[in-house]
Amino acid sequence: MSTATTPSADPVELSKGAASSAAGQSWWQRDSADSAKRNLALIGVLVLLLVIGAWTRSDIFLDIDRLWSNELTVLTQASSIGVIVVGMTFVMISGGIDLSVGALLALASVWCTTVATQDLGPAAMVFTALAVGAIAGLVNGGLIAYGKLVPFIATLAMMLSARGLAQNISGSHTQITADPFIKSLAGDRLFGVPYMVIIFVVVTALGWVLLNRTTFGRRTIAIGGNAEAARLAGINVRLQTLLLYVLSGLCCGIAALMVVSQTTSGSNTHGDLYELSAIAAAIIGGTALTGGRGTIVGSLLGVLIFTQITNLFIVNNLQLDIQRIINGGIIVAAVLIQQFRVGSFFRTRFNK
Amino acid sequence: MSASSADMSRRKLLLGGAAVGAGVLLAGCTSNDTKDGDAGTNTKENTAASQAPGKAVTIGFSAPAADHGWIGAITANAKAQAAKFSDVTLKVVDAGKDAPAQIAALETLIGSKPDAIVLLPQDGAQLTAIGKKATDAGIIVINLDREFSDSAASFSLIKGDNYGMGIAAGKFIGEKLKGKTDAVIGEIPGIDELQLTKDRSKGFADALKTYGLTVKHRVAAGFTVESGQKAAANLLQAAPKLDAVWNHDDDQGVGVLAAIQQAGRKEFFMVGGAGSRDAMDHIKAGDTVLTCTVTYPPSMASSAIILARLAAQGKGMGDLVELQVPKLIVLQSETITKDNVDKYLPLGFKS
Repeated sequence: MSTATTPSADPVELSKGAASSAAGQSWWQRDSADSAKRNLALIGVLVLLLVIGAWTRSDIFLDIDRLWSNELTVLTQASSIGVIVVGMTFVMISGGIDLSVGALLALASVWCTTVATQDLGPAAMVFTALAVGAIAGLVNGGLIAYGKLVPFIATLAMMLSARGLAQNISGSHTQITADPFIKSLAGDRLFGVPYMVIIFVVVTALGWVLLNRTTFGRRTIAIGGNAEAARLAGINVRLQTLLLYVLSGLCCGIAALMVVSQTTSGSNTHGDLYELSAIAAAIIGGTALTGGRGTIVGSLLGVLIFTQITNLFIVNNLQLDIQRIINGGIIVAAVLIQQFRVGSFFRTRFNK
Repeated sequence: MSASSADMSRRKLLLGGAAVGAGVLLAGCTSNDTKDGDAGTNTKENTAASQAPGKAVTIGFSAPAADHGWIGAITANAKAQAAKFSDVTLKVVDAGKDAPAQIAALETLIGSKPDAIVLLPQDGAQLTAIGKKATDAGIIVINLDREFSDSAASFSLIKGDNYGMGIAAGKFIGEKLKGKTDAVIGEIPGIDELQLTKDRSKGFADALKTYGLTVKHRVAAGFTVESGQKAAANLLQAAPKLDAVWNHDDDQGVGVLAAIQQAGRKEFFMVGGAGSRDAMDHIKAGDTVLTCTVTYPPSMASSAIILARLAAQGKGMGDLVELQVPKLIVLQSETITKDNVDKYLPLGFKS
């Protein structure tokens, strides 16, 4: 976070005092509007991408039926990584990081599609995926909160071991499932909206409520802002940290089910580089690597921007190497803009 | 004098004997009948010899860690084939994650002096030097699939035909869409940066060109199920109507087929690649758009073990005449459709 924005931008300090001191100022002048402004900018980028789409492939983007169908595909493609980003955002706001998300997804996908699990039926598959994710998250959290390991190292170790275990269980084979319930999750729709998108929206909404409307969310932000101050304020930092990694693992379990359903298989190659995509999406969404700042909506927009770019490239039949360059540029641009413009630019301009 | 005359007579006797001998020899030489009348043609002896147990040999085997079905099948096939020979001991060494790791593993293997090494390199060019080193140490090196940059580094090379695979897929699609020059053809390759992908795509484009067809939509996946699903889902949005799709790899094909089913599309037909068991089952059942697959058979690992055994025992190949195994074997890319799928089912590998 830039020093110009000052800690008062932290939602945790949006207590009565901060709110009253902000009273009487215009919406733009309030620090709390920072994240809203940021998100508006991200929505602007999304609109810009759609305009580019309309310009390059008018047959898709200006035809309401095809646009609907295309955007549902974008949302579906964003769904599994989007669920993971919700968990990642919580972890990053608390000042941590979870590098193991892709590997946990792979492990959960493999574990829930073994012959033994499939024999027990779809309920067992769902339970296994969620349990494997949550338990692996518990191990991450335990090592970090009680073992005093740095999150980067603990989750890096988990990334390697979980991927290895997934390989070991599956024998590097693709475990195909023909379970009708699991397949229907990706194939069926509710009121014309794929279940994948519905799960994505529900998880995101729950994440938003958890972060913004519960003490769990407030504690998370407090830890990320200043862990020592949070501890002195009576927050059980260790327990909170542990729970955050369990939450991230649980999100990986949900995402694993979604990927299994979409690909009709479990595989140790699932979730490849998801950790980087998730971190990148959270960062352009305004989540600080140092913790204390971040929003679910911002991260969600980050995911959608990346997915929409991929879609734009493919519908225009372009190769993906240039896209990687652009993605890198977007991350840098987004962070630069957040540091210099949203903080200081608006203040000097409108707050003279 | 007597000594000299005796000498003479002995000399005469020798000369005479030699002359008679030569005469007999010459007389014998007038005949054009040969005892081995089928010289230069296949000999049953070669076939029998190649199968008969020979001296016990140790074969080292190194291939990249199995990260997907095809590579997994390579190692599994090599092990299964070696187990069939009573005179072969197989030593599988872990190839690690990249070329340097594989080189390190091979250094150790060479030190243990096996009779032969079957090597599927992480990268042909980077492993050439170690192949040369093994060859120089008197070890028979069979280069499997990914080619060394120097052919002297191996005793023999056996590989698949990526360009031919593209040709086979292009021919199948071309025959089906003959005359329909406005046909919309999609292509889902694997990792685009790899030379094998470039070769496959070139073969595909070249074959289609002879029918006046071109690829309209091309989205690269990454040989994984998930990447196949994502690539196909986006491709189907880009092309509201398709006539044919070639998916380079049956492993990623699981995801490609899932995406096609989720989109409810069936107006086109699809050709797969490699020849997995799952793809063959779908072709046989006719329950998806997948109607054909062109092979890139992992059974080549079994053949490589056979070659290594023969070469190490100093034998030639059965059914061939030569007393050594061939220097280069390029496998056909075969086209599997519903008509011949039963024949290929036993060769289908598990994704």
